[in-house]
Amino acid sequence: MSVARTTESKPAPPEVEKIRVKVNGREIEVPRLMPDWQGKLAPTTMLQACEAAGVTVPHYCYHPKLPVAGNCRMCLVEFGTPALGPDRKPILNPDGTPKIVKSPRPAIACATPVSPGMEIYTNTPTVKAMRQGVLEFLLINHPLDCPICDQAGECKLQEYSVDYGQSTSRFVEAKVHKPKAVQLGPRIVFDAERCILCTRCIRFTRDIVGDDALGIINRGSYNTITTYPGTFFDNNYSLNTVDLCPVGALTSKDFRFQMRVWFLKETPSICTSCATGCNITIWSRGNKIYRYTPRENDAVNGPWMCDYGRLNFKWIGRDDRLKDVIVRGQKTTWAAALNELADRLKHAPAGSVAIIASARQSNEELWLLSKLKARLGAFSDSVPRTGEADKLLVNADKNPNSNGARLTGIAGSELGANLGGIASGIANGKIKTLIVFGEDVTKHGLGPDLLARLDALIVSDILPNETTRRAHYLLPGCAHAEKSGSFTNAAGRVQRFLKAIEPPGDARPEWEFLHELVNNVVGGNGARSIAHLFDEMARDIPAFRSLTWAALGDRGVELKI
Amino acid sequence: MSFTVPQDLEARIDELVSRYPVKRSAVLMVLHALQEHFGWISQEAIEWTAKKLGLQPINVFELVTFYPMFRQQPAGRYQIKICRTLSCALAGSHELHKRICEKLGLDPTKHGPQTTKDGKFTVEFVECLASCHTAPVMMVNEQLYERVEQAKAFEVLSQCG
Repeated sequence: MSVARTTESKPAPPEVEKIRVKVNGREIEVPRLMPDWQGKLAPTTMLQACEAAGVTVPHYCYHPKLPVAGNCRMCLVEFGTPALGPDRKPILNPDGTPKIVKSPRPAIACATPVSPGMEIYTNTPTVKAMRQGVLEFLLINHPLDCPICDQAGECKLQEYSVDYGQSTSRFVEAKVHKPKAVQLGPRIVFDAERCILCTRCIRFTRDIVGDDALGIINRGSYNTITTYPGTFFDNNYSLNTVDLCPVGALTSKDFRFQMRVWFLKETPSICTSCATGCNITIWSRGNKIYRYTPRENDAVNGPWMCDYGRLNFKWIGRDDRLKDVIVRGQKTTWAAALNELADRLKHAPAGSVAIIASARQSNEELWLLSKLKARLGAFSDSVPRTGEADKLLVNADKNPNSNGARLTGIAGSELGANLGGIASGIANGKIKTLIVFGEDVTKHGLGPDLLARLDALIVSDILPNETTRRAHYLLPGCAHAEKSGSFTNAAGRVQRFLKAIEPPGDARPEWEFLHELVNNVVGGNGARSIAHLFDEMARDIPAFRSLTWAALGDRGVELKI
Repeated sequence: MSFTVPQDLEARIDELVSRYPVKRSAVLMVLHALQEHFGWISQEAIEWTAKKLGLQPINVFELVTFYPMFRQQPAGRYQIKICRTLSCALAGSHELHKRICEKLGLDPTKHGPQTTKDGKFTVEFVECLASCHTAPVMMVNEQLYERVEQAKAFEVLSQCG
């Protein structure tokens, strides 16, 4: 059980000796040692050297975050090394350059270390012929039906066939037929005929997850990936094998045959299912999300994410989403509702307002609420949400932004510590106005009887619940996929997410209307975009001071908290 | 049917395991010992082996399905192995296999080992039995028969009680 996690706080690696090699005639300098799949230093491979030289070496079984298997043979290259004389000194050509002896045999670039003076050739006729040969063998029993295969468009076999394949098959014998649509686990469907036996899935589940669930049985052309009879491939990381699978063999039960990948828009975002804040890509078309996939970030999740987080997006498209601005049961406009709210809050006596804001709201939203809190002398808190953690990625804190709630001052170091105080404040009549963002407070100690005592219950949420049903002012908000913003994860890393789809009906990003409301109440002129708002927040909150929206980039910045 | 490994067999297996610096290296020897005793490798035997050697059952299952000499079904009392490697093939082992199968009511075109309904015979092709100069050859259990003509084969079959 290990995942290559590097954090910026780690001391700089010791200086590594550099060696010079040539890739296709161009000389480059590479470190003698480079991080292997676990991040440990290991001799630099030819494949890494080629990558450093900007030369792509096609491969199936090699994956930078998995142990090297060297079984697909697609990365075969030719190479040569400097010839040494009897005195162990390099023999020189007449022009003074070292004489290179070309190896009579090719080598797999993924598993062969480079040596000083080595020359690697990836574009010779021999290399091309080898790639063609390997590909032809891989295709012998592979169905040639890309148009009906779910992997089409993101299939390495398809891509390399374009580069090295032949237009027609020379194979006239009968193909071996293997099992199709095998349910390997609750979320994985396997097509044995499409499998090229690269063993990425086996290595992933064995070496990364620590659940040695998959293996290859039988032999020769009958080789098949399978689980042990009577067991299932059902760990919480199984769907990563769908990303890893270079061909259409392992498919996600949820996504397969739903949409062609080339129609989908990719938006960088953050998973909201726990405080780890795995970097994800949201794949959407029109206003529908089709899938999440992990987006590689070695400081957070590497190239992986858990199955729970990956599939936790169906609620965003639910039909019963809150779509209308409602004031005392009547549908109204944003302008009318926000004006009325601003008036109301401006005249609220100090200490009569409480704010409960979910730690699922973005940093910016929590900061805007904290400004309101400061102006109104309000009590505030967030709701803690804890569950099981695991050793790989899943955090016990199920809120994506608990640290954001702490840093903005909405919650104390222990989330939920003030909830009891707010409840008794309402009970004894001190608190007359309650602002709730993204929580069903009836489940957290503020029952319907307490809510009934309020003069004003201002609620923003995404889906209907017992609190939204009792709201005097109901402001429909957005899922993270429908707005931009940032979260602060468990490690204190501030990461931004971008808008992938439009919210339903009149729903608006909370930061937009909060910003309007806060400026109406507190005064001041505001930012026009999320970038402005973030930068304004960064100037206001000491912990964020060094940050800018632009500098967050796609990987985020880790704070020292 | 519950699966129990008798004490003396387990003692023998423990001794086998102790010969290897890494426990898992003993897996083939353990499987051979189990097959020798039980006649075949059942799913329970795979799970028992995995537990014994600290492996996952899938690791052992991979091996058992890879090597054709591990039986995944019980075999007949008499296991007839007919060589089909070059010398024997040239000397007529395919014809011999066909005749034996027909005699025992088995399908000569079917792949892999076949067992008669009464559980008496299992017939299968195997690769070289290292007796090319006396081709065609076959084995019945541990006994090698050389220069096996049809008549000789039938005689051997009739002697099996």
